[in-house]
Amino acid sequence: MTPTDIPAPSIAYGPLWPMIAVFLAAAIGVLVEAFVPARRRRPVHLVVALAGLTGGLVAVALVARNHHHPTLIAERAVAVDGPTLFIQGTLLLLGIAAVLLLGERSLDSTGGTFVAAAAVVPGSRGERQLTASSTMQTEVFPLAMFALGGMLLFPASNNLLLMFVALEILSLPLYLLAGLARRRRLLSQEAAVKYFLLGAFSSAFFLYGIAMLYGYAGSVDLGAIFTATGTVGSNDTLLYLGIALLSVGLLFKIGAAPFQNWTPDVYQGSPTPVTALMASGTKVAAFGALLRVFYVAFGPVRWDWRPLMWGVAILTMGVGAVLAITQTDVKRMLAYSSIAHAGFILTGVVALNRSGLSGSLFYLLAYGFSTLGAFAIVTLVRDADGEATHLSQWRGLGRRSPALAGIFALFLLAFAGIPLTSGFTSKFAVFSAAISSGATGLVVVGLIASAVAAFFYVRVIVLMFFEAPAPDGPTIAVPSVLTYGAIALAFAVTVVLGVIPGPLFTLADKAALFVR
Amino acid sequence: MKPALAYAAADGTFAATWLLLAFPAVGAAILLLGGRRANRWGPVLACLAAGAAFVLGLVLFAAMLGRAGDDRAISQHLFSWIPVNGFQVDAGLLLDPLSMCFVLLVTGVGTLIHIYALGYMAHDPNRRRFFGYLNLFVVAMLLLVLGNNFLALYVGWEGVGLASYLLIGFWSARPSAATAAKKAFIVNRVGDVGLSIAIMLMFATLGTTSYAGVLGGIGALGANSGTVTAIALLLLLGACGKSAQFPLQSWLLDAMEGPTPVSALIHAATMVTAGVYLIARSAPIFNLTSDGRLLVTIVGAVTLAIGAIIGCAYDDIKKVLASSTMSQIGYMFLAVGLGPAAYAIGILHLLTHGFFKATMFLGAGSVMHGMNDTVDMRRYGGLRTVMPITFWTFAMGYLAIIGFPGWAGFFSKDKIIEAAFDKGGTSGWVLGTVALIGAGVTAFYMTRLMIMTFFGERRWDPDAHPHESPAVMTGPMIVLALGSVISGFALTFGGGLQQFLEPVVGRSAEEGIHTISPTVLTLITLLVVAGGAAAAYRQYGTQAVPRTAPQAVSPVTVAARRNLYGDAVNESLLMRPGQYLTRALVFVDGRGVDGVVNGLAAGIGGSSGRLRHAQTGFVRSYALSMFGGAALVLAVLLLGRLG
Repeated sequence: MTPTDIPAPSIAYGPLWPMIAVFLAAAIGVLVEAFVPARRRRPVHLVVALAGLTGGLVAVALVARNHHHPTLIAERAVAVDGPTLFIQGTLLLLGIAAVLLLGERSLDSTGGTFVAAAAVVPGSRGERQLTASSTMQTEVFPLAMFALGGMLLFPASNNLLLMFVALEILSLPLYLLAGLARRRRLLSQEAAVKYFLLGAFSSAFFLYGIAMLYGYAGSVDLGAIFTATGTVGSNDTLLYLGIALLSVGLLFKIGAAPFQNWTPDVYQGSPTPVTALMASGTKVAAFGALLRVFYVAFGPVRWDWRPLMWGVAILTMGVGAVLAITQTDVKRMLAYSSIAHAGFILTGVVALNRSGLSGSLFYLLAYGFSTLGAFAIVTLVRDADGEATHLSQWRGLGRRSPALAGIFALFLLAFAGIPLTSGFTSKFAVFSAAISSGATGLVVVGLIASAVAAFFYVRVIVLMFFEAPAPDGPTIAVPSVLTYGAIALAFAVTVVLGVIPGPLFTLADKAALFVR
Repeated sequence: MKPALAYAAADGTFAATWLLLAFPAVGAAILLLGGRRANRWGPVLACLAAGAAFVLGLVLFAAMLGRAGDDRAISQHLFSWIPVNGFQVDAGLLLDPLSMCFVLLVTGVGTLIHIYALGYMAHDPNRRRFFGYLNLFVVAMLLLVLGNNFLALYVGWEGVGLASYLLIGFWSARPSAATAAKKAFIVNRVGDVGLSIAIMLMFATLGTTSYAGVLGGIGALGANSGTVTAIALLLLLGACGKSAQFPLQSWLLDAMEGPTPVSALIHAATMVTAGVYLIARSAPIFNLTSDGRLLVTIVGAVTLAIGAIIGCAYDDIKKVLASSTMSQIGYMFLAVGLGPAAYAIGILHLLTHGFFKATMFLGAGSVMHGMNDTVDMRRYGGLRTVMPITFWTFAMGYLAIIGFPGWAGFFSKDKIIEAAFDKGGTSGWVLGTVALIGAGVTAFYMTRLMIMTFFGERRWDPDAHPHESPAVMTGPMIVLALGSVISGFALTFGGGLQQFLEPVVGRSAEEGIHTISPTVLTLITLLVVAGGAAAAYRQYGTQAVPRTAPQAVSPVTVAARRNLYGDAVNESLLMRPGQYLTRALVFVDGRGVDGVVNGLAAGIGGSSGRLRHAQTGFVRSYALSMFGGAALVLAVLLLGRLG
């Protein structure tokens, strides 16, 4: 058989443009790295990356306008439907804000947040020289763009193999990015290694799950698996093995318990802009994939996996909320908070109805922006050693910088789900969907976990506003327009979705239909 | 009897109605947000903003006079405010003759007080903030009288409460000022609860809060029905709070802690008149409930008596004026409680009172200004020659309030007494007699104030160097004094005001049957007033006034000096039980609720601490726990399948 005997697949490229734009920008970024002089690389990278993301956003809008009927393209491998476009739009917006944070370099007196050369041994003389030099590793831009491209593809995959490829595209650059912090190199490298090892471990589970499902259905197509679950006589054990192992891989990425161990360590060690990207983008993309797999392929056997997801949701909310209480580091606290929120969103997944899906989509957008904004503010509170992330250093921040502390307080209130912030509307959406599907018990647990979580959010507010500032406290760095832009975007989304959530709810509701 | 409820659209000149609110609102915003930059020109801007609203009010007034009587209620839709299913509230304005009266009073007298304050507050470092609050006060009051639904009124109502809190406590460094501000705020809250429940009741029964819907539809509930009476009584409670009527009158005297222009603003142009407005606006509701009306008259009569008695006992010039306000508002309540016959008279008295009370407050401020802020009248005396303009303007206010023939009060207060007698029956006689005696007592304490302040020997403190106030202060006083003289005549000439208000509050029973012939009653009133004034002259004009208040006095005086134990009653009836309740709740909360909560928190915190140990930081243990988790997931799915 010659290669020409294999028929070339026909691909409708139009709806793929959101991803193509981003991957194209990433590839151009590599070329920029090769051909543009070092001095000018950062601005050129910024322009290329932002152009790619904006182009992707325009493409999403065009696709949404021109393709009213959800379709499966590229041999059913890519699904272009409401959830895909909603999540891709969310990711691209988050990506723009994250790239703005990556490009910031006026915070650190010596340059950006990223190290000049990642491979130098921590603690060595070479490292000290590099810390003092004002260069930075500009590869972060193409790396982040590749990761974002993977994130766009991940929830759009209708084919488990493609989904796995997307998972790796999004993960590998992140492993690298996690190790690139300029300060506290050892912590950063440790985070990168941990993330890589555990990520690889979870990918193995994911891959093994795909194998089991292939054995069960004879296909890795989600629609085919759906059809197979409807026929009697197949080997159910393979199916459940597949569901379990696939779930492990996905639950790892969203940071659900008991696969959440890596989250605090990695979030703390990574450069904060990367943490912001991981906490918002990765979570949104992974939830998109999780929703697609469970809604599209595993719907008919819901009675078998729902108890499991109930348990995971409860455990996740509980672990996130309870462990966050004793954290003393802002980034670790936000990491546990992201775990708790993964639990809250899982209640929307468990609902397994249209309002559950639209609620989850809404929640992902709202939460993505709040958490990105919160991490953006973390980058601004600094002392001589870089970011001052210990909570005791945040004491009395509200007196020194009322505006900044006020915005951070708003994000915390949004996390806690206080009305007039996006957090309230999104929690309300997923909880009411869960109740309508009969999961009242889960919602009760969710509310208790919210109450516990509110404690540590409000504690930080009290710390910032009602306690005297520490005498040798951190300073508030004055960022450039980039960070301001990111914070303003996050702030605006958090407030607007809290006050007038109507239009986005309508949009999410319209989008909430998977193609099979 | 029913007011015209089909409101005309705001076109032509009336399209500018919203600007009435916008001028002072912008002024307040610029002053309060403008920062130090606005320090120099801010106060003048505030005066201009109030003045602009007044001029616009005059223009609208002229335009309104150009329309036919039934066509004078103009409604302006601003925007859809709360568009929830089944609960539609549109933000809109209603400019009809009733609100027009208030607009002119609030902006006109308000502007004069603004100008006066330019001089009075000239040396205060926080002048800009003060004028910002003044503008805020005017906005809130205008919103209160211009809203076309009860919810907008409520917003204005609360805004007035807030502005008064800020202004009474303006010199917040003084503990007494801070306490007085708090007291005014809290007592007002009690009334506000009544108003808010009344609005909820309206919505629950009628499904709307707009004037058109409520006042037009209330008739369907039937006269004297329980709901109507309940709404009326709750509205009355709200009105009592804002207008310092019995039993919520105690805050008004303490509110004198605010700068004098604030007192003038609260007493003459804004705030305390809001209660009268509320009842006059809700005329269709009160018309349906005779019990409600009777209670309004009783509240009015009781307060007018209390205010008059307290006024006799105080030596503090501002507190005397404050008690007199209480008493005069009592007259207005009495009038509006008498029903359709006397609404217009109540409003008439409100307008004339606005003039003469503002005159006297500004005069008192002028005296204090010259006497190192002393308020004790026993340290005054003989100021007539040193402060001639203050004296003469104050005298005009004095003659107006006691109802000297030809002066403003003569036209308004005598009408109220007359209307009270005309109510007929026992209640009419009782109310009329109280009002009549009240007039005599008013003459007594006002004459006392005049004599102690402007006549007799000089009992000044050694360091007092009284002098006439600057023109920026005396100017407004002269204008207001002119109003005190002519407003009564001008407003009643040819039945002017009554005809003007007729489309809103109904026809006055001018030609009704009189219990006592008006001429006879006028003579009796004048005699009583003369008697009161003579008694005051005998006691304070012919004998020397001691520099310290005598202690050996009648029990009545002792009681009056203590506000007729109003505070004591409040304390024992409301505050003490409240405190005990709070303490009991705190105990339950501390031991019971907190115990549970703290126990839970400690439990969660403890488990958090223990769980934390699982987070070892070693990849190998993380991987192990992941593996364990995966095994668990598998087990659950497969075992669930088997079972």
